Amino acid sequence: MLAAEVSNEVQGALELTSGFFLENLWLAALIPAIGFALILFFGKKMPNGGSEFGLASMAASLVVTSGAAWQWLARVDSGKEKGEEAFGLLQTFGRSVPRAAEGGEVKPYIEPVITEWVWWQNSGLEFGIGSFADGLSVLLLWLVAFISLLVQIFSLDYVRGDRRYTQFFAALTLFSSGMLVMVMAGNMVQLILGWEIMGLCSFMLIGHWWEDKYNSHSALKAFFTVRVGDIGLLVGTAVIYFASADWIAENLPGQSGFDITAIQAWALSGDSSASGAAIIVGASALFIACIGKSGQFPLHTWLPDAMAGPTPVSSLLHSSTMVVAGVFLVSRIYPVFWEAFNIANGGLSFIAVIGAITIVAAALLAFVQDDIKKVLAYSTVSQLGYMMLGLGTGAWLPAVFHVFTHAFFKCCLFLCAGSISHSGSHHSFDMKKDMGGLRKHMPVTFGAWIVSSLALTGMIPFAGFWSKDEIVDNVGNNGYTFLMWVGLFGALLTAMYMTRATYLTFFGEPRGAAAGIHHDDDHGFATEFHETILHAEDIDRELVTAGAPAKSLSAAAAHSEDHHDDDGHDDHHGDHGDHGPHESGKLITVPIVILAFLALTSGFANPTPLVHPFGVAGESVERIKTYVEPRAVPVDIEVVGGVSHADDHGDDHGDDHSEEALAPASVDQLSLVGNGVLAADAEGEDGKKEGCGFTTPAEGSVCFFPAVSHAVPTYGKIALALIIVLVGYALAGAFCVAYYGRKDERLVGLTERNAVARGGYLFLKNKYYLDILYERFIVRFVAHPLSKAAYWVNQNVLDGTVNKVGETSKNTGTWIYNNIDQKVVDGAVNGSGTVASETGHGLQSTQSGKVNQYGALIFGAAAVGAIVLVILNVN
Amino acid sequence: MNNLTDSNWVLSLGTFLPLLGAVVIMFFTSKDDDQTPKVIGIVTAAATLAVGVYTLIQFDYDQADRLQFFVDAEWIEVISSGYTIGLDGISLPLYFLSMVVTLLVMIYTWDNMPDAGNPKAFYSLMLILQTGMAGSFIAQDLILFFVFFEVVLLPMYFMIGVWGGEQRKYASLKFFLYTMFGSAFMLVAFLALFFQAGDAAGGVESFGFAHLYEFGALIDRDVQVWIFAGMFLGFAVKVPMFPFHTWLPDAHTQAPTQGSVILAAILLKLGTYGFVRIALPMLPKGAEAWAPVIGILAVIGIIYGALGCLAQTDMKRLIAFSSVAHMGYVMLGISTLTEFGINAALYGMVAHGLITGMLFFVAGSVKHRYHTLEIKRLSGMLLQMPKMGWILGFAAMASLGLPGLAGFWGEFPAILSAYNPNEALSEELFRVLMVVAAVGTVLAAAYLLWLYQRTAFGEPGDEFKGQSEVEQGKHEGLAHSLSSAANDHGDHEVIKDVQRTEWIAWTPFLIAIVVFGVYPQLMFQVLDPAVTALVETINAGIKLP
Repeated sequence: MLAAEVSNEVQGALELTSGFFLENLWLAALIPAIGFALILFFGKKMPNGGSEFGLASMAASLVVTSGAAWQWLARVDSGKEKGEEAFGLLQTFGRSVPRAAEGGEVKPYIEPVITEWVWWQNSGLEFGIGSFADGLSVLLLWLVAFISLLVQIFSLDYVRGDRRYTQFFAALTLFSSGMLVMVMAGNMVQLILGWEIMGLCSFMLIGHWWEDKYNSHSALKAFFTVRVGDIGLLVGTAVIYFASADWIAENLPGQSGFDITAIQAWALSGDSSASGAAIIVGASALFIACIGKSGQFPLHTWLPDAMAGPTPVSSLLHSSTMVVAGVFLVSRIYPVFWEAFNIANGGLSFIAVIGAITIVAAALLAFVQDDIKKVLAYSTVSQLGYMMLGLGTGAWLPAVFHVFTHAFFKCCLFLCAGSISHSGSHHSFDMKKDMGGLRKHMPVTFGAWIVSSLALTGMIPFAGFWSKDEIVDNVGNNGYTFLMWVGLFGALLTAMYMTRATYLTFFGEPRGAAAGIHHDDDHGFATEFHETILHAEDIDRELVTAGAPAKSLSAAAAHSEDHHDDDGHDDHHGDHGDHGPHESGKLITVPIVILAFLALTSGFANPTPLVHPFGVAGESVERIKTYVEPRAVPVDIEVVGGVSHADDHGDDHGDDHSEEALAPASVDQLSLVGNGVLAADAEGEDGKKEGCGFTTPAEGSVCFFPAVSHAVPTYGKIALALIIVLVGYALAGAFCVAYYGRKDERLVGLTERNAVARGGYLFLKNKYYLDILYERFIVRFVAHPLSKAAYWVNQNVLDGTVNKVGETSKNTGTWIYNNIDQKVVDGAVNGSGTVASETGHGLQSTQSGKVNQYGALIFGAAAVGAIVLVILNVN
Repeated sequence: MNNLTDSNWVLSLGTFLPLLGAVVIMFFTSKDDDQTPKVIGIVTAAATLAVGVYTLIQFDYDQADRLQFFVDAEWIEVISSGYTIGLDGISLPLYFLSMVVTLLVMIYTWDNMPDAGNPKAFYSLMLILQTGMAGSFIAQDLILFFVFFEVVLLPMYFMIGVWGGEQRKYASLKFFLYTMFGSAFMLVAFLALFFQAGDAAGGVESFGFAHLYEFGALIDRDVQVWIFAGMFLGFAVKVPMFPFHTWLPDAHTQAPTQGSVILAAILLKLGTYGFVRIALPMLPKGAEAWAPVIGILAVIGIIYGALGCLAQTDMKRLIAFSSVAHMGYVMLGISTLTEFGINAALYGMVAHGLITGMLFFVAGSVKHRYHTLEIKRLSGMLLQMPKMGWILGFAAMASLGLPGLAGFWGEFPAILSAYNPNEALSEELFRVLMVVAAVGTVLAAAYLLWLYQRTAFGEPGDEFKGQSEVEQGKHEGLAHSLSSAANDHGDHEVIKDVQRTEWIAWTPFLIAIVVFGVYPQLMFQVLDPAVTALVETINAGIKLP
């Protein structure tokens, strides 16, 4: 039924290798989808509630994506080996480039492996669904499959005994499938498909315990806020589709404005359609969707509330994978943003500004959170800001690299938080009430937390150092000095809030549940359903619990015995006999340790500072750069666009370039081979940048990626970044000890004495009043006065008119019947009189005269019609 | 036009077989016998569907743009009207959908007869209705179309008026008169078109579609605009478009579940189908003049319908209002006069039929169990009827246009198409409409999820707590649940989850929503060639001097 239309992969003389997994990458998404269906229909009957289907499908998916990753590496390597031999003199932008043997570097464009079937058609064009394998998609596919598998393992123990265990695994598996569908999308519509499936799963999983109104409210809020952004996704996709349609129809026949490669090529084509208002509107609209999905300011407010879901969900969806969808979208069709926001020439882009604001705004909010998951949630928002900042300033590679490393350490941090609540703080996430001093009880969790925190804060040699510092470095290198300082300031804040969270959780005196005391009010957020404004007089109560030692809460201990409230909050399970803090079981600690190990090592996937300035390794260690970053080289259209009208372009080519004279036969050869070209950082003799994204590619060739530049790290910059982080640790550490530990008098009550401190604290505690604005004003206005007003108009104006007309005609009919029909005409049947009177009768009694009425109306209509016809015929 | 006339008996059989069944029920069953009419009805509908399946198999998909099973017989010679029928890619999905829906609604009725009883009348009416619906989709002659179009009215009028809710008389009369009001103008427009096209054709007069496609376009632009106005009123009331929609919420709320489902799934589509099949290609210049008006009203309908939904306190009325919003997307697609938009509209028609039909089924079953549809009183449905709750959630997600489910493929391309309307139309206007329509998707999410949150999530209210089979425990046996119900709640019956007949009636809907969502090409490949041909006709007509 599905006519397989495997894309005709043009390899020509380049002979890029491919392989089963690359060509059948769609299996990676299909298997979890089948797993989801199996859980849905048979899960309840299985001994482990269907989780076995979830785990098995994720494991299979990991095999497929790992195989694909391996084959992708081989494919890129094959380009290195054979590409150079295949060329004589290569040409780009009208000048020739020496081959590698002559001192030039030849890096051919590595064509993605596309497998597609016809999915739908419209206006004669066929649109596909399938898989699209290139460096970026393969990297993220592997990442998603890997993290999903670990989180599912973690969940086995964590949600054991939950009343909706089966549904939980079903939704988790469907989510993975949706994310994989999105990442492997070769066109925008498939991307939207995956994007929205993730939104659905997010809704289902945040609202997992929907009996509690706060949870269902949070689920709604998440879906709804993201949906607001999705307006941009629909609009942006439409704008890009139609703006690029003509160029694509002319230059890349057989492709459409939904196809990723076609969009990339169009954006960098230099065509007038790709530099007008349309691309700016399209890119801005798409970025609005990313703001919603990736929790950027000011639509980030759903993400902290999304923590109402079970911790594995926070870990998988709301930190490491789903929320990077917006970042992924920007990096996927990066040329569009590159052109629209003029990133090539250092334009201050919408993306960079939003990213920078998000970094600082979210990091500041992390300081006033008591809920450990909310600290991490705001931290996620802030880190997503770094990624956007990178993308917005041309630092594509570090941003994508940061997606990769961030997934490991943030996922790990969340799982640690889950482990703490599972075994350390009795299902509470409140750092001030129920934690403290846990390092002794939970050494494995503590170790993993510390490693991941160091990674998050960017300490050498942990993962975050290699990626985050690269972003900051490149932002500066690309000429955005102010934004670089914003990034560094963000790093300071990150170091500080993580120190605070670490101190409150693992150091100091045990409090509440961590000290073995349980109290009913342990959810913290269950009471927080309505967005309330915190006022100054509430501050005292807010802070007093912070440093409160265990004893002051001993009153609460009275409740501890009968605490087992059965509302299933988080990781409740029946046989939880031990109430004291202890280390979690293997199913929980093993995933944590694996992730912590990766938090330590994953940065070495692309350790640029090892090349410069440390000089301990060659450029081959920059693996992400080599294998993931698309090559910014022009490629002959025939190579990517199939064989149609190859002759025309071959001729054009010959006319345009004098170099052609060197090898007349090479016209054909080139069209088979593809133009491999020089290293990405093309800089002409006059210092003006050249290459894809800077100059228009030659007639007959297209670019798929701009020639982004890469910063060369220096000792000074590295030292500066590390010093900032250390200062952050020191400042925050000193504050915590003084304030939470010794209750230093100069600090306690500061917010009461100092108006500035109070104002700032309230501003933060109320989350910049954004939630209040959204919920109290916008949502409430639409849901109540506006909809009520619309409905009032409906009932009283529109429907009122209808009823009035009916009533009037009934009265008219009665009047005519009584006065004209009966008195004047007296029994003679007058056509129009009958119409009106029968209508009137019809309204009076419904049971009689229906057929008459029908006939009368037809008759009346014909009468009116005759009149109209006369008028029309006169015309 | 070259039409295919192989096995041309299929359409007539498929259309009139239900009528035969209705006659049998009316004259050969006794009024006291409740079972026989049901059996005859279901068997007839099943046989009709079998003919429909045969049609589906015989249909030549490579030539979906041509009329197939074409018949052109003499009918009413004196007014040059013929019995001209045929089926192409545009009508095939709707024609088939009407057969499926009728059968499933009848199966549902087996155990869920509305309170007024009398299955004999009910099943005959449904069968007559089916003939009217199928006939409208195959008619290739204006008078024939009009007859079928009007045949639909009476059965629905009686269904609402006899088996409806408390205000059934008001609602049924309003439905009837409002539609008649529109039809009157429509008939006038048909006649005017007939005479004017006859003049343009040099005296050759016919009500046949093919004839009118050819010569309707030759009519003066001003005259076209006037004739289009008449048709617009007729079809816009049926769709219904803002501001002619006020009969719809009343009709839906008062109609029995069966009536609501058929109304939403098929009857509303007669209006949009009329636009696509008749108004646009026969009066291209009129369409071009009216398209901005239609587009604006459509988008107002989207936003307005959504706001209306937010204000509702009754679940069924909310779903009814959502139809106004959804048909707004369909009309927006049509008003662009492009292949993209009209394809989307036709897809949206089928998708809306399936999804909203499903929502009305659920609403009916909820009403059957709780005896109320007031949102405030319903809560925790997922706890009391987990399967029903899931189905409601599924249908709500489909209705808000989640990709992967059928609704998306009507909504997304319709929004997309507004960016690039027909060359003859104003780009600026339609781009504004696109953005507003996109905002409508957020409101759709808002009212549907809010509805879901209030009815399905949370704990059951005190009023109904403990009355469901699920809460009382599946394994404790009927005796126990009965006694506990009797003890605790007096005369309340036990609230049961989805029953067998409901599963039989609903499963095809659920499967179709998924299948058409996952693999839209299934329907687009049938629609697209026919739509492309249609838009060529329209464009050629617009470009005529």
